[in-house]
Amino acid sequence: MNKTLLIFRHEFRHAIKRKGFIIMTLIVPVLALLAIGIFYFVSTGAGPAVVETTTIGYVDEVGGFDQHTTQGNIELVSFDTQDEATAALINYDVPEYFVIPADYTSTGVVNRYTLTRELETPQNITTAIKNFLTSNLLTGEVPPETIELVEKPLALVTTRLTETGEVATEQGGFGNLIIPGIFSLLLALSLQLSCVYLVQGLGDEKESRLIEVLLSSVNTRQLLVGKVLGLGTAGLVQVVVWLASLPLLLNLASSTLGGFFGAIQLPANFIVLGIVYFILGYALLAALSAGVGAISPSAREGQQLIPIFTLLLFVPLWFSSILFVFPNNPLWKVLTIFPVTAPIAVMLRLGVTGVAAWELAVSLAVMVLSIILVMFLAIRAFRVYLLMYGKRPRWGEIIRSLKSG
Amino acid sequence: MLAVEVNHIVKSFTDKTAVDDLSFSVAQGEIFGLIGPNGAGKTTTIRMMMDIIKPDSGDVTIFGEKLGEATKNKLGYLPEERGLYKKLSVLESIVYLASLKGMDKQSAAEKADELLEKTGMLATKSKKIEALSRGMGQIIQFIVTIIHDPKLVVLDEPFAGLDPVNTELLKSMCLELRNQGKAVIFSTHQMNQVEELCDRILMVNNGQAVLYGDLSEIRSRYRGNSVLLDFEGKLGELPGVTGKRQHKGYIELILDGKTTPKQLLERLVSRGIVINRFEVATPSLNEIFLKEVGKKS
Repeated sequence: MNKTLLIFRHEFRHAIKRKGFIIMTLIVPVLALLAIGIFYFVSTGAGPAVVETTTIGYVDEVGGFDQHTTQGNIELVSFDTQDEATAALINYDVPEYFVIPADYTSTGVVNRYTLTRELETPQNITTAIKNFLTSNLLTGEVPPETIELVEKPLALVTTRLTETGEVATEQGGFGNLIIPGIFSLLLALSLQLSCVYLVQGLGDEKESRLIEVLLSSVNTRQLLVGKVLGLGTAGLVQVVVWLASLPLLLNLASSTLGGFFGAIQLPANFIVLGIVYFILGYALLAALSAGVGAISPSAREGQQLIPIFTLLLFVPLWFSSILFVFPNNPLWKVLTIFPVTAPIAVMLRLGVTGVAAWELAVSLAVMVLSIILVMFLAIRAFRVYLLMYGKRPRWGEIIRSLKSG
Repeated sequence: MLAVEVNHIVKSFTDKTAVDDLSFSVAQGEIFGLIGPNGAGKTTTIRMMMDIIKPDSGDVTIFGEKLGEATKNKLGYLPEERGLYKKLSVLESIVYLASLKGMDKQSAAEKADELLEKTGMLATKSKKIEALSRGMGQIIQFIVTIIHDPKLVVLDEPFAGLDPVNTELLKSMCLELRNQGKAVIFSTHQMNQVEELCDRILMVNNGQAVLYGDLSEIRSRYRGNSVLLDFEGKLGELPGVTGKRQHKGYIELILDGKTTPKQLLERLVSRGIVINRFEVATPSLNEIFLKEVGKKS
């Protein structure tokens, strides 16, 4: 059998038998299944939730705010003076009270008093007070339906159209972002894990001097290609398992839980681009890892050097909040084209705004060119430094040897 | 056909010339000693022979051809510092590394059983490498080196760290390989080990050849004009003996240029001296090495 194939098979089998790999591959679908199950049992088994009524006090210095004192689960109790309300508060008869000052109708200011330290007024309290004031102000002035409409939150339904005016298949929203967001993180972890295995494998073989036995049987190209392909295929299996489980999990979640899960969508080309960017991202990082593995005197030092470039993988995730607020920021174009950040940047952007075809083309072209260049340099480093044990070359030496080959 | 032919190889690294114009050949059916102190250039020479690194100039041929994938299958190499896949079992390690030498899985497993039994390691077959002692690991690596029936076996410091029992086991297996007509290259800095195993040697120092040729011829070339004697009785004055050196348990008699050891032995016997040991003093390889290096410096 071809020796590259033998090394490929050995590395692949070795990688997929690792406990870390098996746990990482299975934990994602298993955790998702578990979450769906828990959510299902909690939502169906718990029965209707018991809503506790809260009583809050108020002092009406304007007069006339005496109707609509039940706002959802909040009961409003009137006090004649602020002193009475304060006494009730400090005796824990009411958890809080508010005062509608005499000049409320001209200033719009309402004062709230509470014993609790809080960052801001809870939303349900604000809504209850606002609706209480609105209802009392408008009663008799407009029909009750109008009051109800005013109090209801705005129900804004946005529809995205295509350039031809038809309703687009992808409507956007957070439902579209969930899967790419989670997948980006998993992709980055999988790429990082594959690189760690590669550097660790090379470092171990170098440290144990097994590399000499291997090189007396095969050449450097066979060894490197076999290793990179073997570990890359193992990583790809992991990504494919995750990707394949996504539609099944989504179907399961939307059929059993419905609601928000039903709104989750996979962006177009997501699975294809996910696989393409994994392959290219892995090839690039594997070449970098092989270079690092060759230069590092030990497996441990190699692993310490990996974060230099694997951290770059996570950069788009650090800036993801900016993406959500400013999806068209030029930073995203840069991260899409820069080869190490491209896999994650593209995955995230697919879920938010999509990526223009030209950007994808440039990004893929830059990645392919980078892979060729880095692979070329990595093979040189591999040849020069693979047999240097316990000695860390200086940067000057590395650059000189890369130039001379 | 020669097993190995090395012609004027040179290899320099940034700070030094590790191998400087070295030439030698190794025939099939011989144990060839590559000897010299630490840092002499032995391992670099072996790595060039194994095509792990390329020489700056000069060339190496193995069985008459440049080293390629097919030729690599004819080689067995035990590097100086040993290592195997710690997480794999003994059998998995042997079978995988044998497959890289062109063996199919079935025959590799069968041969592994045979060699494990021969070395008394069959009980470790399913154990992980990390569970073995260093010496045991070394035996497994020796099995990996010879499992594919190589025509050329290169052993770099094969006995380092082995106990006497395992050292003897490996020595007997090396002799067996030679008797099967294989070429064995044995690299070491422990010159005493070479004396009992090797047919021919290359002694290197600072990357250059110091001595090269048949071991017995070299030793006779450096044989001194003295004999080592352990006796009972009174020695007295002996004609032809110009000096005496007392050692622990024996005496060294230095002969004049005209008297041969045979003549001295006859004189001793004629005087009725009881002789427990009579040996023509031959310098050890270590002494020869020191003499040669001293001469050059």
